[in-house]
Amino acid sequence: MAVCIAVIAKENYPLYIRSVPTENELKFHYTVHTSLDVVDEKISAMGKALVDQRELYLGLLYPTEDYKVYGYVTNSRVKFVMVVDSSNTALRDNEIRSMFRKLHNSYTDIMCNPFYNPGDRIHSRAFDNMVNSMMMQVC
Amino acid sequence: MEGLTLSEAEQRYYCDLFSYCDTESTKKVASNGRVLELFRAAQLPNDVVMQIMEQCGATRLGYFGRSQFYIALKLVAVAQSGLPLRVESLNTVKDLPLPRFVMTKNEQESRHTALYSSDADNSASYSGVIPPPPGRIQVKKGSVSHDAVQQRTSTDQQESTSPVVSPQQSPPTSPHTWRKHNRHPSGGNNERPLAGPGPFWAPFSEAQPGSSTSSDPIWSGHSPPPHQENWVSFADTPPTSALLAMHPASVQDQTTVRTVASATTTNEIRRQSSSYDDPWKITDEQRQYYVNQFKTIQPDLNGFIPGSAAKEFFTKSKLPILELSHIWELSDFDKDGALTLDEFCAAFHLVVARKNGYDLPQKLPESLMPKLIDLEDSTEVGEQTGEVGYSSSPAEAPPSKSPSMPSLNQTWPELNQSSEQWETFSERSSSSQTLTQFDSNIAPADPDTAIVHPVPIRMTPSKIHMQEMELKRTGSADGYSSSDSYTSDPEQIGGTVTRQRSHSGTSPDNTAPPPPPPRPHPSHSRSSSLDMNRSFSVTPGQQQAGVVAYPPAVPPRPQPSQGAGPHVHRPVDAEGLIAHTSTSPQQIPEQPNFADFSQFEAFAVSGVNKEEDDEIETHSEVLQVEKPPDSASSLRVAKADGRVEDKAPANVPTSAGKGTTPLAPPPKPIRRRLKSEDELRPEAEEHTQKTGVIAAVLASQPSIPRSVGKDKKAIQASIRRNKETNTVLARLNSELQQQLKDVLEERISLEVQLEQLRPFSHL
Repeated sequence: MAVCIAVIAKENYPLYIRSVPTENELKFHYTVHTSLDVVDEKISAMGKALVDQRELYLGLLYPTEDYKVYGYVTNSRVKFVMVVDSSNTALRDNEIRSMFRKLHNSYTDIMCNPFYNPGDRIHSRAFDNMVNSMMMQVC
Repeated sequence: MEGLTLSEAEQRYYCDLFSYCDTESTKKVASNGRVLELFRAAQLPNDVVMQIMEQCGATRLGYFGRSQFYIALKLVAVAQSGLPLRVESLNTVKDLPLPRFVMTKNEQESRHTALYSSDADNSASYSGVIPPPPGRIQVKKGSVSHDAVQQRTSTDQQESTSPVVSPQQSPPTSPHTWRKHNRHPSGGNNERPLAGPGPFWAPFSEAQPGSSTSSDPIWSGHSPPPHQENWVSFADTPPTSALLAMHPASVQDQTTVRTVASATTTNEIRRQSSSYDDPWKITDEQRQYYVNQFKTIQPDLNGFIPGSAAKEFFTKSKLPILELSHIWELSDFDKDGALTLDEFCAAFHLVVARKNGYDLPQKLPESLMPKLIDLEDSTEVGEQTGEVGYSSSPAEAPPSKSPSMPSLNQTWPELNQSSEQWETFSERSSSSQTLTQFDSNIAPADPDTAIVHPVPIRMTPSKIHMQEMELKRTGSADGYSSSDSYTSDPEQIGGTVTRQRSHSGTSPDNTAPPPPPPRPHPSHSRSSSLDMNRSFSVTPGQQQAGVVAYPPAVPPRPQPSQGAGPHVHRPVDAEGLIAHTSTSPQQIPEQPNFADFSQFEAFAVSGVNKEEDDEIETHSEVLQVEKPPDSASSLRVAKADGRVEDKAPANVPTSAGKGTTPLAPPPKPIRRRLKSEDELRPEAEEHTQKTGVIAAVLASQPSIPRSVGKDKKAIQASIRRNKETNTVLARLNSELQQQLKDVLEERISLEVQLEQLRPFSHL
């Protein structure tokens, strides 16, 4: 269960960012922003070689004492950043991958919508529902 | 009063009316004033009304209880249909149209008129006060729509009040409108509709003529007209709140918003009782209009409208992009960026609804679910699912009538996601094919039974299905699996798949069309078993009648007139049998192979008495297929089957050479012999052969003419054989399922390993 999920466009501006509301959302926004540097670093490190699915998943970008940040980049350089609570140790890497896969699928669904202009903010209800399902349920 | 039986639609309608009349919200008594108004609105002569009131017992009681009210309504319907008013007619008259009530005067009506001006024809009750909208229509569109509107209004009045089609929706909707306006003292909703039509109609003059006008005649007159003009123009933006008679969604909104607390419950009841009036159902006229619009963009009705073209088209509706985007999300069911005809109709319908002020649902309503076009053509569920009468808001999607289709529709996204491991993102568009691929993936993974095509087949015997199967047997498996998978419930798929596997595994020689032999037509199965019957003079008349027409002459089994070898005869016999009702000559050749045929016959006999003729039919089909190549094996298989059928498999080995019944003795020894042969074979082959034999048996059965008045023993023998067949097939089924599970587990474990082994190069 993620604490914050963000979709960053190629130009590194956010297309969609959603946090668990109780927390100080600005903190998460800042975290996501700083994680973009790590993402770029990893992307450039990967080289132009194969960009297969596996390498789309960037894995743990950097951990802090409170939470961990995971990254995922698509072929079009759209980045998904997910912040999860560190206390949630049950989250395995596979689960993170599957969550990113779901995000990617929903994102492609949005792309299929002709009324969506790439680069716009994402307002899709289906996407919202999917993200909500992934967010941590904070009472 | 005598008991009153109401149909479901009637029940709902009456409940609605009762709620309407239940002004004091007592839920028990309808206020006399309101009831009298209602009866007056029924346009019946006064004395008839008095008669009705008398007969329903209200005059006795002095008030209209619920039962009295219902009886009165039914009598109104009786009277309106011209039948004499009699209490006995309440329950005896079938298919009575719902009573029609015409609102003639009502200050609510005046509010309604503007509100429902666009719904001129939707409410026959408003015929008297409809002039404004048609006039407007006339102004805007000229003669076309006006004429159509007038025509519609007249036709509407004449039509009975069945809630399905739009013209017929008016009567049911009128109670809604009455109620709605009763309960809403005023408020935005009323004003909105009032204001809506104004601006809505105003820009209509800018309506693009184009193709829209051509379809105007079809549209005008009902809720279509407003939509139509909405669509046509697409130049007007203000979402008009002209209510669509068939969109009580807003009605519900209004009612829930407005109703007094005490009335909320009645509103609930009303909403549920109005389930027959599915808010999101597309009427025929609307559908026709949508189809025409679709054609303007994409002439091929089976083709797609690309996203860009659809975007342009719907942008003309002047809805905000955000809403169009949401509509697209709802309607593009397979998320492929293109709209099929059904998706397009759904999207159009939602656009129309939105333009008329209805809120967009969170989920696609059942009635708008697209048909699975890329699958079987026969799965014409589509929008008709909405007719079932989904209660309450369109946001709910209770699968009622066509569980298979909607549920399958809804499972698509999940299945799609679950199957993502098997597909790359590029394949996501072919979501519908993923299911079929899924099925076919399983098939090759099952080596033992040599399943070629896991074609799910319907569990329930269906003549049509069998014919389809026959036709498609050589067709692609995908077509099979897709059609079948979507025609049957998901849970059936597994069963059907396994079942089909067992059938497809029937003949090892089967390569392309393992297709589950079509369900044997009862007659066929019976007929094939008639051989036995004939020979044994069994088959009591009635029972055997269903089987097949045995040739009246029942040549005793041991009459090898044609003396060809078993194998030789088998195909011949099979052919003869399959081709048409076998004649005695065909029976005769069986004699030498009587072993085989006895199998068939025994099987047929058993099949005669068995309800499940599927196996028989399927086997007969398989038999036909296998005839040429696999005569010998099938023969043996048939024999093995016969052996199996004879008794429980356990019995078979033990009853070597034992005649269980006087009828069975000849086949038995042969079966025993065959059994040994079978045991030598690999299990898969045996399975396939068994099934093939069974099919052969079944195949022979159809052609066997039914005999009349057969012995009980033959029947019993056939029963036995059928039971044995059942057990064999059940065993096969369980084995195959076990294999399937094993393979699936293997796959899962492999995938897990793969995941783990992926280089964690990123960390």
